[in-house]
Amino acid sequence: MSTATTYNYKVVRQFTIMTIVWGIVGMLVGVLIAAQLIWPALNFEIPWLTYGRLRPLHTNAVIFAFGGSALIGTSLYVVQRTCQTRLFANGLAGFVFWGWTLVIVLAAITLPLGLTSSKEYAELEWPIDILITVVWVAYAIVFFGTIMKRKTKHIYVANWFYGAFILTIALLHIVNNLEIPYSMTRSYSIYPGTIDAMVQWWYGHNAVGFFLTAGFLGMMYYFIPKQAGRPVYSYRLSIVHFWALISTYMWAGPHHLHYTALPDWTQSIGMVFSLILLAPSWGGMINGIMTLSGAWHKLRDDPIIRFLIVSLSFYGMSTFEGPMMSVKTVNALSHYTDWTIGHVHAGALGWVAMVTIGSTYALLPKLFAREQMYSTRLIEWHFWISTIGVVLYIAALWIAGVMQGLMWRAVNADGTLTYSFIQSIEQSYPFYVVRLIGGTLFFLGMFIMAYNAWKTIKAGESVDAPVAEPA
Amino acid sequence: MSSFWSWWIIVITVVNILACYWLIKWTMKSRPGEAAEGDVTGHSWDGLEELNNPLPRWWLWLFYGTIIFALAYLALYPGLGNFKGFLGWTQENQWEAEIKSADEQYGPIFQKFASQDIPTLAKDAEALDIGRRLYLNYCALCHGSDAGGAPGFPSLADDAWMFGGSPEQIEASILNGRAGVMPALGPALGGDEGVKQVAAYVASLSGRDVDPALAEAGKEKYAAACAACHMPDGTGNEALGAPNLTDKVWVYGSTMASIEESIRNGRQGQMPAFKDFLGEDKVRLLAAYVYSLSQK
Repeated sequence: MSTATTYNYKVVRQFTIMTIVWGIVGMLVGVLIAAQLIWPALNFEIPWLTYGRLRPLHTNAVIFAFGGSALIGTSLYVVQRTCQTRLFANGLAGFVFWGWTLVIVLAAITLPLGLTSSKEYAELEWPIDILITVVWVAYAIVFFGTIMKRKTKHIYVANWFYGAFILTIALLHIVNNLEIPYSMTRSYSIYPGTIDAMVQWWYGHNAVGFFLTAGFLGMMYYFIPKQAGRPVYSYRLSIVHFWALISTYMWAGPHHLHYTALPDWTQSIGMVFSLILLAPSWGGMINGIMTLSGAWHKLRDDPIIRFLIVSLSFYGMSTFEGPMMSVKTVNALSHYTDWTIGHVHAGALGWVAMVTIGSTYALLPKLFAREQMYSTRLIEWHFWISTIGVVLYIAALWIAGVMQGLMWRAVNADGTLTYSFIQSIEQSYPFYVVRLIGGTLFFLGMFIMAYNAWKTIKAGESVDAPVAEPA
Repeated sequence: MSSFWSWWIIVITVVNILACYWLIKWTMKSRPGEAAEGDVTGHSWDGLEELNNPLPRWWLWLFYGTIIFALAYLALYPGLGNFKGFLGWTQENQWEAEIKSADEQYGPIFQKFASQDIPTLAKDAEALDIGRRLYLNYCALCHGSDAGGAPGFPSLADDAWMFGGSPEQIEASILNGRAGVMPALGPALGGDEGVKQVAAYVASLSGRDVDPALAEAGKEKYAAACAACHMPDGTGNEALGAPNLTDKVWVYGSTMASIEESIRNGRQGQMPAFKDFLGEDKVRLLAAYVYSLSQK
């Protein structure tokens, strides 16, 4: 069959396999640093293995290597399938894969070496930033080029979300990483003081909003209706929640800087838009979960659907928690505590990782010409082990976080603080142990997935499906 | 902020909030020729379809609620450019109000001890309890919760004092801070050779075994470069914060490598001033607690 009449699955296969690989790598680093918080000796006095260097490696690996591969891979699949046309610029698509892989490898080398621009989630130094920009522009050309040559009349809702994610990440990445280099491996941000902090959190929060939310909603909008075999619940809801989500997310960043040198007006605007964000965020959850109405039994029979729907429950929970934490009074208690880390992982493990896992289980057999995954039973096991893992993780850090917040503000009859900082750390140890157990369970689940994927791929063949004629 | 930027912020903020409301209304409108409620819309992508279901009512009310809250909040609190909000709230005045009420509530507790001298307070159990809590809040981070110090941060639990251990000197250290500056002497001593010689001589002052030839060579250089601050006999000078070199206490580490490092590249010790931050009454209790540690 000529390539013009088949979809390009090669780049999707590459990204999908690397999603699993980088997931394991990123979570391994996470498990190690969680253990270091309990046993500091686990850095073995080797600078490359110290917490301060591995922590950005962990966040970059899970967000950009694991999450990024999942998003780019699925978006290139979904855009072809729903535009019913082969990818635009297939050579460039290959460059996107190898370029992105190079970015990840460079991150894995430079971060342990301590080379960092010190901006959270944007630690990579300027030469890598430029490489990211080049790869991202290539990715945008492939994605939007495919949209342009689509055979369907309308653009499917999943592609709106993927498209918003691609455009916004380009903007965020470039603006936040404007820096003046003074050597190949060092640079200064062009922004001064408080403005630098504001630009950083404008970036940081929208990395959550557009990378970890909009992008994965795009994934959700394809794989849930596909796996459920049901129409999307409400196109009206998808319109409202899409436009409201992307316009209000842009404002939410200042809630990371409550009660700081940031002016009062900026803090207030950040807070009210974070609250308005609640309903648009939940719009996606409702649309995904209600798509199952009329087919609820699939929740019992199909562990892939279960992964997808449970991911939406965690999404709904963390998008409720987020606006609440942006309220100044709540933030005064929660900020700087492990509650924030728990919140992030409710999103990152519960939502991002679980929707990725569910989608990957749905996608892999299609890419390798198989009816289904090698073992449904193993998917069941993976589902339960990771669900228990997430729940242990976030419950432990909720308790630890609220406890830390309360300990830090407790005062004696003479007005002195009741507890020193180190006492709050001491009290947190048991919860750090529970967190480590939860994280380890989630990590082990990824091996079950890797085994299942390997067996599926081994039994399958790399066949590109023919392009479907538009209805 | 200029009135241009103020209006800029007001306009785009309000427009974005109202646009959410308009978006809801616009989407809810039914259009001629569209599918009936609950039916598929007629579009299909890769076999995927969409239903024409209305926006859930409870969800709409949630959305409206947050919009109303946002507008009300921006009327009451600073947010819309230069408009201060009807409540007149700022984070500074909230902080000032909290400090004022704390001072009113806790001030008398500290004033009660203000007229007593430090040695007396150092024997008063209640004063020491407060002093210890203050110490754990503000000092333990550098000097350790057992006051045993850390590299670069002197122990407060022994008898060695860089700036003096009398009650007045301790109180002055906390009130006004201290800067312990050891200049970098590497170049002045003629490089590594000279540094090693002086280090050997310095180590010999506290009775350590060193290469006698090295120490002998360092003795003369010590007299020229070090004795002005550390005194010819090495006993130090509290007025300058120059440590005593004849005892076994080493703020920056006792190994030959760290002594050489101190001489070669110098040291910058900085004790911050707490006068404005804590006020004299609290510093007095802190000084009493610290003083009591060396009186055991």
